[in-house]
Amino acid sequence: MNLDPKIPSGPLADKWTSYKGNAKLVNPANKRKYTVIVVGTGLAGGSAAATLAELGYNVLCFCFQDSPRRAHSIAAQGGINAAKNYQGDGDSVYRLFYDTIKGGDFRSREANVYRLAEVSRNIIDQCVAQGVPFAREYGGLLANRSFGGAQVSRTFYARGQTGQQLLLGAYQSLERQIAAGKVKMFPRTEMLDLVVKDGKASGIVVRDLVSGKIESHAAHAVVLASGGYGNVFYLSTNAKGSNVTATYRAFKRGAGFGNPCFTQIHPTCIPVSGDYQSKLTLMSESLRNDGRVWAPKSSGDKRSPEQIPEQERDYYLERKYPSYGNLAPRDIASRSAKEACDEGRGVGEHGLGVYLDFRDSIQRLGADTISQRYGNLFQMYERITGEDPYKVPMRIYPAVHYTMGGLWVDYNLESTVPGLFVIGEANFSDHGANRLGASALMQGLADGYFILPYTISNYLAGVSRDPVAASGEAFKEAETAVKDKTAKMLAINGKRTVDSFHKELGKIMWDKCGMARNRAGLTEALAKIPALREEFWQNVRVLGEGESLNQSLEKAGRVADFLEFGELMCADALTREESCGGHFREEYQTEGEAKRDDANFAHAAVWEYQGEGKAPKRHVEPLVYENIKLATRSYK
Amino acid sequence: MKLKLHVWRQKNAKTQGKMVTYDAPNVSPHMSFLEMLDVVNEDLIAKGEEPIAFEHDCREGICGSCSLMINGVAHGPQKATTTCQLHMRTFKDGDEIYIEPWRAKAFPIIKDLVVDRSAFDRIIQAGGYVSVNAGGAQDANCLPVPKDTADQAMDAAQCIGCGACVAACKNASAMLFTSAKVSHLGLLPQGQPERQRRALNMVQQMDKEGFGNCTNQYECEAVCPKEISVRFIARMNRDYLNASICGSGPEKKAGGGED
Ligand SMILES: Cc1cc2nc3c(=O)[nH]c(=O)nc-3n(C[C@H](O)[C@H](O)[C@H](O)COP(=O)(O)OP(=O)(O)OC[C@H]3O[C@@H](n4cnc5c(N)ncnc54)[C@H](O)[C@@H]3O)c2cc1C
Ligand code: SF4
Ligand code: FES
Repeated sequence: MNLDPKIPSGPLADKWTSYKGNAKLVNPANKRKYTVIVVGTGLAGGSAAATLAELGYNVLCFCFQDSPRRAHSIAAQGGINAAKNYQGDGDSVYRLFYDTIKGGDFRSREANVYRLAEVSRNIIDQCVAQGVPFAREYGGLLANRSFGGAQVSRTFYARGQTGQQLLLGAYQSLERQIAAGKVKMFPRTEMLDLVVKDGKASGIVVRDLVSGKIESHAAHAVVLASGGYGNVFYLSTNAKGSNVTATYRAFKRGAGFGNPCFTQIHPTCIPVSGDYQSKLTLMSESLRNDGRVWAPKSSGDKRSPEQIPEQERDYYLERKYPSYGNLAPRDIASRSAKEACDEGRGVGEHGLGVYLDFRDSIQRLGADTISQRYGNLFQMYERITGEDPYKVPMRIYPAVHYTMGGLWVDYNLESTVPGLFVIGEANFSDHGANRLGASALMQGLADGYFILPYTISNYLAGVSRDPVAASGEAFKEAETAVKDKTAKMLAINGKRTVDSFHKELGKIMWDKCGMARNRAGLTEALAKIPALREEFWQNVRVLGEGESLNQSLEKAGRVADFLEFGELMCADALTREESCGGHFREEYQTEGEAKRDDANFAHAAVWEYQGEGKAPKRHVEPLVYENIKLATRSYK
Repeated sequence: MKLKLHVWRQKNAKTQGKMVTYDAPNVSPHMSFLEMLDVVNEDLIAKGEEPIAFEHDCREGICGSCSLMINGVAHGPQKATTTCQLHMRTFKDGDEIYIEPWRAKAFPIIKDLVVDRSAFDRIIQAGGYVSVNAGGAQDANCLPVPKDTADQAMDAAQCIGCGACVAACKNASAMLFTSAKVSHLGLLPQGQPERQRRALNMVQQMDKEGFGNCTNQYECEAVCPKEISVRFIARMNRDYLNASICGSGPEKKAGGGED
């Protein structure tokens, strides 16, 4: 497996400029001779599809929802980072770059991250031009807030609905191109395989979710923007449909999977209320700007929060990390909450929760100001829990939120399969072992609006302009495989529902490959998952037929992939014998803090599929730091 | 709690549908409405019956997927709340609940409670955007926008495209949805160049899709989970009128691309 990152030479700050200056171009008249497939319409896919069409390429765009506007990105709340330094508080491209590398615990590639910080500024310009109604100051200029892991205010936001507004901006640009006939949109269509012909990504096999028809589409290049795989845990903050299918099937066709075990557990989510729970709801991290996190000092303290006097409360983040306090990065904040609960100091019915308390800021700023900042989040909290956070502190607990791992890509955002590009949360690139808040939206839009359009042109310039067709052996084989798999799932007619398998897998993953991991647990999971998968293929019950809308069948396909992918995650977690970022191996710690091993693990682990029933092979891309010094992350 | 559900079941667009009654014997007040349906579906599968198809994704009240008429009210009894955010504590033991899909000519039923809302996308295609290509935008702070204006634009931009406004309207009008987008963009300086043309084209598309007229009943505002105000309808009507009088004729093709 060739893992050459293809980083341009020259000084860090000049790499992207010189890349753009030297990249091969496709002349305008020829662009319309190329067809590009984009799978996904979130921030990454939506912005990429629109921009490629604006440039003149023909785009075929796919999503499983009924409209591209409903992609999971819509749910992002808190904001988007950009190194604009509008606040004059010392921000710069370099500082955003450094914060991102450090926040990621020195497990990402310098050149990619620097480029991300560089184009972050263009994103805000573009979005404002589209009419994204970002929050503003009375003077009419854009407002900012601060977010975890940073000491400057660089986060732009639109109330608590930043993802929605950014996505609608991209969606509207996409609809404009659909109207112009440059994008053909396939909503309610799920990609079920990648077709590789003559060593190049040449198309995809899809299922029309309404008619059930399975068919293929061909293109000169394929872009995956299918989002993250947090739902392998069953319970997560992701939308119910988020899945690993597109990237996992590409993995089985030869795309290397980077750092699958790097998952982010978000510290501020609403705790689980019962076993019917279908998903977890995030309370934006921005709440930590004004809310103080605490747990009772003594274990087993069952008093209600207002009865616990000040000196018996442990504001543990402020205590342990005085310089960042409640804004410590996510992995650290999550683990600290888990520690408090493990010590029996958790709150709420199940003891799996800590308080996020607004009492002091309401006293300081008034309820009105707090409501202006977080009104809709407070409302959402009350709707779900039936408790009023203006009066009673919120109860929060960590939940799976984001996956830093994904398909490996080089500087071009191209995977190990030529012609297969991967953008947004679906790739592994920029966030290392932990992502900073408000950086996923930035990455999705950077990839889609400003990076991929250059790098894909560079690729297409070297590809024949002849029309492509979904024909030949490779297409036939992939299509048949998809049809067989679908038929097989419908034929089993066993006793257990798809959800019951998904829940069981989720529990294994959360217990053994969640916030804290160890050798024994991972080894146990690696034995349990194949057994569960075996049972799935003997005993799952999928009713209805293939030739119509069948939500159980859709779920079954996704869960079948999770049942394979979970094993890959555990294998990755087991072989990374260090703690870094969101990956906390209990064996590797000093005084409760993660202990990184730069001598042996300053690399990305990239897994190569070896065939059915064979263990995948682990490769490494060494991470070379030329501009920054590896340091122990400290937020104290 | 124990509940009795009457649910619209319809195999596909071509067959006739009917209400079918199910018992939901084990409902916790902390469940969301969709979690309650999940549990009913798990029981149905165990009995060998096909589960009820309904639309959902984020379950956080923001994607606009979920779409149920609950006892005749779009998104159910709680104000400013989507179906997925509605919790069972709003109901009581022994309640009977009628669950139906959105009903409107422009939203044909696909299966059970799932309808086709692609007409909304086509309304956006008709002009619900600012024509600006990626790259080349000026610095974001070059053009200050009064906070008040930005806030109002945001009030309109919050629409999640769920279609409850259409489902609640006896004329199945899409005025609230359309006016939300026309107003969001029309309020901001970036949306001015295309303001009149946008209003005209989007309203024409709305008519073409078979949505009805607005007769000022304001049922739409009452059910809208994002509390989009009917003020925006009046605003759109003004833009539309201006455009019609000034003769800013509909454009054939929008957008970039080479040909
Ligand atoms: C609740 C929540 C809040 C968040 N808040 C923030 C925040 O404030 N700031 C921030 O920076 N980040 C935030 N994030 C993270 C961020 O939202 C995501 O990482 C980001 O939106 C992912 O965008 P994407 O374009 O890569 O993928 P997505 O938005 O997940 O889109 C995936 C697309 O792929 C399609 N797709 C997937 N599989 C298939 C398939 N097999 N076939 C066809 N189509 C397929 C889907 O239909 C969809 O269109 C938040 C995440 C969550 C869960
Ligand atoms: S206006 Fe309100 S009810 Fe209508 S689609 Fe938008 S959010 Fe839904
Ligand atoms: S499921 Fe997304 S709004 Fe209800």
